[in-house]
Amino acid sequence: MTASAALGDGEAAGLRRRVAAFLHRHARVRLSLLLSAPLAWLGLAYLGSLAALFVTAFWSTDTFTGDLVKVFTWANFQDLVTGEVYRTVALRSLWVAAAVTVIDLVIAFPMAFAMAKLASPRSQRWLVILVLTPLWASYLVKAYAWRVLLSSGGILGWGYGLTATIATLSYLWLPYMILPIYAGLERLPNALLDASGDLGARGWRTFRTVVWPLTFPAVVAGSIFTFSLSLGDYITVKIVGGKSQLIGNVVYDNIGAANNLPFAAAVATVPVLIMLVYLAAVRRTGALDNL
Amino acid sequence: MPDQAVSLRGLRKSFGSVEAVAGVDLDVADGEFFAMLGPSGSGKTTVLRMIAGFESPTAGTVELAGRDVTRLAPFERDVNTVFQDYALFPHMSVLENVEYGLRVKKVARSPRRERALEALRSVRLEGFDKRRPGQLSGGQRQRVALARALVNRPRVLLLDEPLGALDLKLREEMQVELKAIQREVGITFLFVTHDQEEALTMSDRVAVFNQGRIEQIGTPAEIYERPASAFVAGFVGTSNLISGEAARAVLGKEGTFSVRPEKLRVVAGDGETPGPDEHSASGTVSEVVYAGPATRFVVDLDAGVRLIALQQNLQVSSMDVMGLRGTRVSLVWHRRHEFAIADVSLAVPREAAHP
Repeated sequence: MTASAALGDGEAAGLRRRVAAFLHRHARVRLSLLLSAPLAWLGLAYLGSLAALFVTAFWSTDTFTGDLVKVFTWANFQDLVTGEVYRTVALRSLWVAAAVTVIDLVIAFPMAFAMAKLASPRSQRWLVILVLTPLWASYLVKAYAWRVLLSSGGILGWGYGLTATIATLSYLWLPYMILPIYAGLERLPNALLDASGDLGARGWRTFRTVVWPLTFPAVVAGSIFTFSLSLGDYITVKIVGGKSQLIGNVVYDNIGAANNLPFAAAVATVPVLIMLVYLAAVRRTGALDNL
Repeated sequence: MPDQAVSLRGLRKSFGSVEAVAGVDLDVADGEFFAMLGPSGSGKTTVLRMIAGFESPTAGTVELAGRDVTRLAPFERDVNTVFQDYALFPHMSVLENVEYGLRVKKVARSPRRERALEALRSVRLEGFDKRRPGQLSGGQRQRVALARALVNRPRVLLLDEPLGALDLKLREEMQVELKAIQREVGITFLFVTHDQEEALTMSDRVAVFNQGRIEQIGTPAEIYERPASAFVAGFVGTSNLISGEAARAVLGKEGTFSVRPEKLRVVAGDGETPGPDEHSASGTVSEVVYAGPATRFVVDLDAGVRLIALQQNLQVSSMDVMGLRGTRVSLVWHRRHEFAIADVSLAVPREAAHP
């Protein structure tokens, strides 16, 4: 190594150290550097697109040319509220999302409890991997696999329709319910379960008064996943839903076949509003205070 | 045996190939303050958990007040536990925590509240009933845990390292307080600790655990003054073992003997003539540790053993004692303070030294 190269190394190291020292002394600069990328993403890409959606919902299309008319109008929302079909579809979507959430919760809680509290550390790892495995397979493949299962000649043979949609969605989103509840139960100290039994409580009582209240935030987190994913889905419905339509299909059809982007945007605000109402309701229970 | 609060017979517990508890027999009398003392991994906590019902024994029986409860669930046993990290329910107020056991037993609202507030009074936590556990200090949480267990008036109160998480000052306060509370309520206290001082100061009797077995059961004085094994001598206090060649040279007899550090008198200079009932040995001070009220001298005897002597700092200061490193001294002690120890090897586990 030549002398000048060695000197260059020394200078680079010195500069690095000066920068590091500067950042160490200026905590605010450090924090803003750390947060700049996530904040830019959140601000522009995430909230920006939501804002664009919201603005678009108040525009309309020219019925003759199909061009966007960027003039404020309530027309889309009026159609949405007055149209019998849309109310039916919205209620149906709500019902499907709620059913999927409840089914997933009923399956996921015992599963997560067994994983977090009963399994040995070794089998715990394996169970987590097993729960995650279906997420590695393509969504479409899984949905079509259910189509085969449900077809009149298939193993289940239920045929297509709302029941089929609910079953398939419950299967697809189950890991999103198991994992948060599993994490929540992992955080719950075993000593609390011991303490409850020690004070005379049987299993069910301990579940009601200790386990459930302390894991409720995790259940809420899981339900947000299953609920919102179900509410926005349109592919599964297309594959196994038969003739029934959900909000997602209305959005999809208005973007595609009907070429009415503003109306699609207006429809798309419905799930957003439902989720906001849901979160506000959950917040009122105080379940998120302990997060 | 109606007077026994707890009786353990041939109690064993294996986790896989590890035998955590390897045959424990123990009787704890009604109203006793009993300590299970031992290093971590000695099986004392597992024994406690088997008495509470959180673990079921591989073999042996657990009796509470003469009733075999070996196969009963925790909620069927008349014991309550104060957990090591207190295990307070974080989503309930202090009052709700204390009321929990009574609520489960369907005690009506007003007597329930009354008893809970009374229990909080007895641990000096009046006015804290509406707080959450997260808003309390470690010592306060410890007392809530105590109240939550005591309010059920159990036959036996189990305490798992109850003071382990507290700082020294608070721990000393709580030692006195726990003792007072136990005297007040008259409930049998059975507590687990690895702190020998805690065990000696608080309990009526102590069981010393080692490798899943009990080495010795006795009063604190018996355990300290007459340890039954080298392990007990070493774990409870400093053992100061004199054995083999050194025992022959210094004491003129065969075997292994132990003298407690505070029983040794440090005399400056060589060849101090001992009194009629005394032994003495000369050596060199290799280390002086000044510890406020007392000073520890590490002395290498000419006979080839190292003894530790503890001297009260009655008149001296650190300036005086520090200069003693490397000087010649004699250690003098009364013969009745040297006691023979049955086994030599510390490593080999042995059968419990009691019936």
